[in-house]
Amino acid sequence: MNGPQDMGGHTSFGSVNPEADEPCFHHDWERRAFAITLAMGMTGSWNIDISRNARERLPALQYWTSSYYEIWLAGLATLLQEAGLASPAELAAGTSQAQPMSVARVATAALVPAILEKGGPANRPAPHAAKFRLGDKIRTRNMNVETHTRLPRYARDKAGEIITIHGAHVFPDASAQRLGDDPQWLYGVRFTARELWGHDNDDCVMLDLWEPYCDVA
Amino acid sequence: MPHDGHDEHSELSPIELRVRALESLLVEKGYVDPAALDLLIETYETRIGPRNGAKIVARAWTDPTYADWLKQDATSAIGSLGFVGRQGEHMVALFNTADTHNMVVCTLCSCYPWTVLGLPPVWYKSMPYRSRAAIDPRGVLKEFGTELPVAMKLQVWDSTAEVRYLVIPERPPHTEHLNEDELAQLVTRNAMIGTERLT
Repeated sequence: MNGPQDMGGHTSFGSVNPEADEPCFHHDWERRAFAITLAMGMTGSWNIDISRNARERLPALQYWTSSYYEIWLAGLATLLQEAGLASPAELAAGTSQAQPMSVARVATAALVPAILEKGGPANRPAPHAAKFRLGDKIRTRNMNVETHTRLPRYARDKAGEIITIHGAHVFPDASAQRLGDDPQWLYGVRFTARELWGHDNDDCVMLDLWEPYCDVA
Repeated sequence: MPHDGHDEHSELSPIELRVRALESLLVEKGYVDPAALDLLIETYETRIGPRNGAKIVARAWTDPTYADWLKQDATSAIGSLGFVGRQGEHMVALFNTADTHNMVVCTLCSCYPWTVLGLPPVWYKSMPYRSRAAIDPRGVLKEFGTELPVAMKLQVWDSTAEVRYLVIPERPPHTEHLNEDELAQLVTRNAMIGTERLT
């Protein structure tokens, strides 16, 4: 989807303001928002692509004026409702008004270290041979899907070169729609700043792109 | 932070009240374990952070065999020092050289190598950085006080998949006398994202 998350290339959001000696969290509610978001993710009720998509579906103006953890919280509320784990009334009241749904797993404190250590590897057995080889020239597709995708607008219909073959990875475009992992070959692709932006220099931008985003140049 | 006390209910802001309500709902439903929440916070506030990445960099500076391993298979090389798991499952190390500088962004969200750098700083997640790092990286670098020579090649890595990038800065000059632990002290978080160069 061409949502507000697709930030690359805007130039009107102002300057970057790094904070010296920045703390890990700025408010206690950020700590709690972070932890409940991770813990709910560990219940297995959704995957990382579904959760990213929930954040991206926020209205653009809300997304652009929210802090990071405000976006997480709004996404979590969407996920809880769509998974049937909590109703809008329960979210508003902060108390349970119906029997809880069963979840695949509750991440107890005893389980947390092993869950974090395992992580969520995205590599999968390859369904077929890779279409591209190192050094191949590709052109990204000009695609404007209404569902989740990880091909930013700034890199659509652009010429690039394959510089890495990462193997087959979970395809977010399918995974975010609960269509399964649908593993696809993932490549590191180099684009020149000249190609992407018309810049007159030798800088370049690398993106990790799945095979269905790319055509033979 | 005066508003952080758990017993100061009357002073809580709307968002603090909202998060508190959400947490108590999820606990009441039995979906989350309060002790697990505390452990998650403690883990990322105290145990997982940029000192992990600094150890990787210092090892790469002092051990050519390790540096080669890091170039070939960063996930295994980083894992050998115990840094494994969530948001570090597929690692790539980007070595800065005398003529090439690397810089990492996630324009689509805020993907970041948690196992080696911890949680991302606010600026990394901010709209200005995400929007301009790919189109105006040299302008962004200036806002960090980093002026790249015109002749130096700049490579920006947009983390669009589950691959996570760690920049290996160049070893600063005149550091031959320092040991690995001392070298690690010189490595900043921003140098490992690529918005700073060590001098």
